[in-house]
Amino acid sequence: MHYYKPASFAEAVALAAGAEGITRILAGGTDVLVQMRADIVTPDTLIDIKAIPGTHEIARTAEGGWRIGVAVTGAEMSEHPELGRDWPGVVEAMDLIGSTQVQGRATPIGNLCNASPAADSVPAMIAAGAVLNVIGPDGSRDIPAEEVPAGPGKTTLKKGEIATALTLPPRGQNGGDAYQRFIPRTEMDIAVVGCALNLTVEGDQITSARMALGAVAPTALLIPAVTEVLVGKTLDDDALAALAALAEANCNPIDDKRGTVKFRTHVAGVLARRVAQIAYDRAKGAKA
Amino acid sequence: MALDSSKTTGFKYVGTRPNRPDGLDKVTGRAKFGADATAPGMLFAAIKRSPHAHAKIVKIDASKALAMEGVKAVVTRADFAEGLTGEDWNILENVMAGDTALYDGHAVAAVAATSALIAKDAIKAIEVEYQILPHVTDVDKAIEPDAPVIRAGAADASVPEGLHPNVVRYYESGHGDVEAGFAEADLVIEEHFTTEATHQGYIEPHACLGTLGGDGKGELWCCTQGHWNVQKVCAALLGLETSQLRVTASEIGGGFGGKTTVFIEPVALALSRKANRPVKLVMTRSEVFRASGPTSSTSMNVKIGMKKDGTITAAQGIFRLQGGAFPGAPCDMTAMCAFAPYNLKNVHQVGYDVITNRPKQAAYRAPGSPMAAFAVESVMDELCNQLGLDPIEVRLKNASHEGTTANFGITWPRIGLVETLEAAKAHPHYAAPLKPGQGRGISCGFWFNHGGETSVSLAMSEDGSAQIMVGTPDIGGSRASMALMAAEVLGIPYENIRCTIADTSSLGYNEISHGSRVTYASGLATIKAAEAAVEELCRRAAAKWDIPAEAVYWEDGYAKPSGPNAGDHEPLHITELTADMGATGGPINGHFEATPEGAGVSFATHIVDAEVDPETGATKVVRYTVVQDAGKAIHPTYVEGQFQGGAAQGIGWALNEEYIYGEDGRLQNAGFLDYRIPVASDLPFIDTVIVEVPNPGHPFGVRGVGETSICPPLAAIANAVSNAVGVRMRQLPMRPARVLEALESKNG
Repeated sequence: MHYYKPASFAEAVALAAGAEGITRILAGGTDVLVQMRADIVTPDTLIDIKAIPGTHEIARTAEGGWRIGVAVTGAEMSEHPELGRDWPGVVEAMDLIGSTQVQGRATPIGNLCNASPAADSVPAMIAAGAVLNVIGPDGSRDIPAEEVPAGPGKTTLKKGEIATALTLPPRGQNGGDAYQRFIPRTEMDIAVVGCALNLTVEGDQITSARMALGAVAPTALLIPAVTEVLVGKTLDDDALAALAALAEANCNPIDDKRGTVKFRTHVAGVLARRVAQIAYDRAKGAKA
Repeated sequence: MALDSSKTTGFKYVGTRPNRPDGLDKVTGRAKFGADATAPGMLFAAIKRSPHAHAKIVKIDASKALAMEGVKAVVTRADFAEGLTGEDWNILENVMAGDTALYDGHAVAAVAATSALIAKDAIKAIEVEYQILPHVTDVDKAIEPDAPVIRAGAADASVPEGLHPNVVRYYESGHGDVEAGFAEADLVIEEHFTTEATHQGYIEPHACLGTLGGDGKGELWCCTQGHWNVQKVCAALLGLETSQLRVTASEIGGGFGGKTTVFIEPVALALSRKANRPVKLVMTRSEVFRASGPTSSTSMNVKIGMKKDGTITAAQGIFRLQGGAFPGAPCDMTAMCAFAPYNLKNVHQVGYDVITNRPKQAAYRAPGSPMAAFAVESVMDELCNQLGLDPIEVRLKNASHEGTTANFGITWPRIGLVETLEAAKAHPHYAAPLKPGQGRGISCGFWFNHGGETSVSLAMSEDGSAQIMVGTPDIGGSRASMALMAAEVLGIPYENIRCTIADTSSLGYNEISHGSRVTYASGLATIKAAEAAVEELCRRAAAKWDIPAEAVYWEDGYAKPSGPNAGDHEPLHITELTADMGATGGPINGHFEATPEGAGVSFATHIVDAEVDPETGATKVVRYTVVQDAGKAIHPTYVEGQFQGGAAQGIGWALNEEYIYGEDGRLQNAGFLDYRIPVASDLPFIDTVIVEVPNPGHPFGVRGVGETSICPPLAAIANAVSNAVGVRMRQLPMRPARVLEALESKNG
């Protein structure tokens, strides 16, 4: 096994592009190191990107959104004075992961690139409309968050490509987002179902909406049809019922030790209603 | 001399709450646990385990592993003693498979190498050829006629003819005529209950450091609840003379019964003997789940008849316990504990010990009792609900008390069940209103408690301080309790006493820290050892005063003349007697050895409020009160800790913890992510009420408290959830999907 700690993305890309066998990018290590210890993955090449300048920064973009560096941790997101005002759902989703100690290491981009269908921060990123900024041998490109995971443990990143940052769009006026997951315990657990919703309002009327579900399919799912169910409406009982039905209809889960198809499908509907209400209240001015 | 320290009131030190003597070491990280030991030239070991639930071991080829650089030894079953019988043979079979791998995770070989990484790689290089056999992991399926026979001839003489060979032990007891009793009842309820295997969930994995030379002399450092037992078993499994193996117990990061046997210690010693180097062996968490001992899973039928006024007319229970691939599931304990809280004219209980392709079960805090209480107390709750009776009043009406005959035949001595019920009834919790969606559950629970072989030695120092050597590893603050009891007898401050857990070469035999026995038995022996020292101190004073020893008594750290006839002597302080003890007769020590048999039983009553989310089936325990008889609380804080710990583990067992086996017989959740012990935020503050009905069998009235606290929770929580959702929950754990299904069944 070879371990590298490059000082620039150019160097990191060259290492990744030239590496043989299995390559893993090391940021917080809360997935990579655990998988190595458990003999799930034994990389031939380990590229630690934490020393690259700028990777720990959370910065406003020129458009008014946010750029979150590839090595930014959950704790850094939670402690940021402004990020959580714009995107409380994204910050809360990240904060649900693991313990306080894990929060000091775990990164949202690692959560996305680990490509677990149950990753907590990913539905929130998708609902928010986040894009992953990557750099590779052929230059830079942006990938919408929902297009990063290709299946459990697989991403659409090409050989030699390395994530540099996650960009969240400008929040704009009268918007709100929320994420909830269902777990059998109260914390330190893995989502049986996760649901994120991001919407904007004008008065009581919903003007845009994005919803994503986690742990109900091989990858976190963007549910585009949510616009048909919510946009142009107020969040009344009929809208909530239709939203729950939409969430249930889009589930394609498995029966496993963590939950049955029936239970996951039912709870997806429950969570869709709950997060819609929170996001709606936030859009209308409720404080996170 | 007034040496009889038997008393239950008027204590100076007993009943206070000083800091534990091991506290500073533990909060600063200085305490040495199982994996903290090192030795020069130490090797690291790893164990090769069967991936199959049941398979014949055709061939083990370790040649590639042995050829690796850094690999110093490989052991298989051939490196252990032959010709063992009884439990020694069972333990050896479990520690290292013989002809057959009996469960997923069963050890088949082990490696010692110069680094942990090399050992791990070497394990992968060992090639094992298996012939897969049919398996069974479920207790009910294991006794169906066509179930595979796991080990022919494993049944003992207790098993009646005609039962499946996987039934290896049978227990039956009772009295009266249950059929006649049921006929007298106004309401008879019979239900079937199941519980899943749960793990003790200690945070510290098993770990040891073993050294064994060609001369048959060995040293072993390990994390255990009982190092004399480790010494005895390891000596047997390796063919050593017992006294030639010195075993030292490390600090222990939880045991709860799971560290009362051995799993890895003989393997480390066998590797050390072969490599001629010290060998360290530490289980991973996954190994702890797959290959140490969880508790039994159960399938139980309980039938109780009751009159409209709440009088129980008859009770019957059938308890089937799955204990893995070896005999030992505590079916007798389950059957005996089941109806222990009740004074019954007609009662009958049967227990089956069933073997399956799972790891050998180990003791878990009141082994067998929590499941029994779950079944019995659930039926009691249902009877109360259907007859419109108060659950505490009904329990009081039928409660066992001094002089009544227990369901398993003994006549109860002084017990404190009624007192716990009265205290629960009077507690504000019982009268507090419930919110919508909440339910309340009540349950009683019982555990025998144990005495056991015990040796304690006490030595005075010249400055008047004292050291105590006990042989029961401190799993719950017992060093503090021992020091308090010795302080009480000697009349010196708690801080002037140091209590050490002695190794097997430094003290006489001690049974394991199990059966809630330590504060009772080691405590009794500590008191007696201190009394022996006091007797000698009085003798020294008598010699100084030139009066008969009988004319001296001991009070609050001073030798005093017993009356005017003894002469007018100034009392002598302990420091004045120890300062010149070398010149007045030599060192002043006290010791005591016995198998005390007066361990008082302990009963408890728990009150639980649970709230269920009707949309997801998730349960939250919102309020919890433990009421338990401690006899006498030596250190009340640690008694409360035991009460709270039992309740916390019970909450996990009731709501989420379970061993999950796939169709392939493999354990699917060998880790803390999918084996869900409660985290702090899952628990409410657990309120405690210490009831003190003194145990006549202990000088200060102590009853063991460690185990009874886990007996009522499963039932109390199930009753609370059942009352919250309006459906009787008969299967544990009450995971959200199961509760949601119950709600759906009710709502049609």
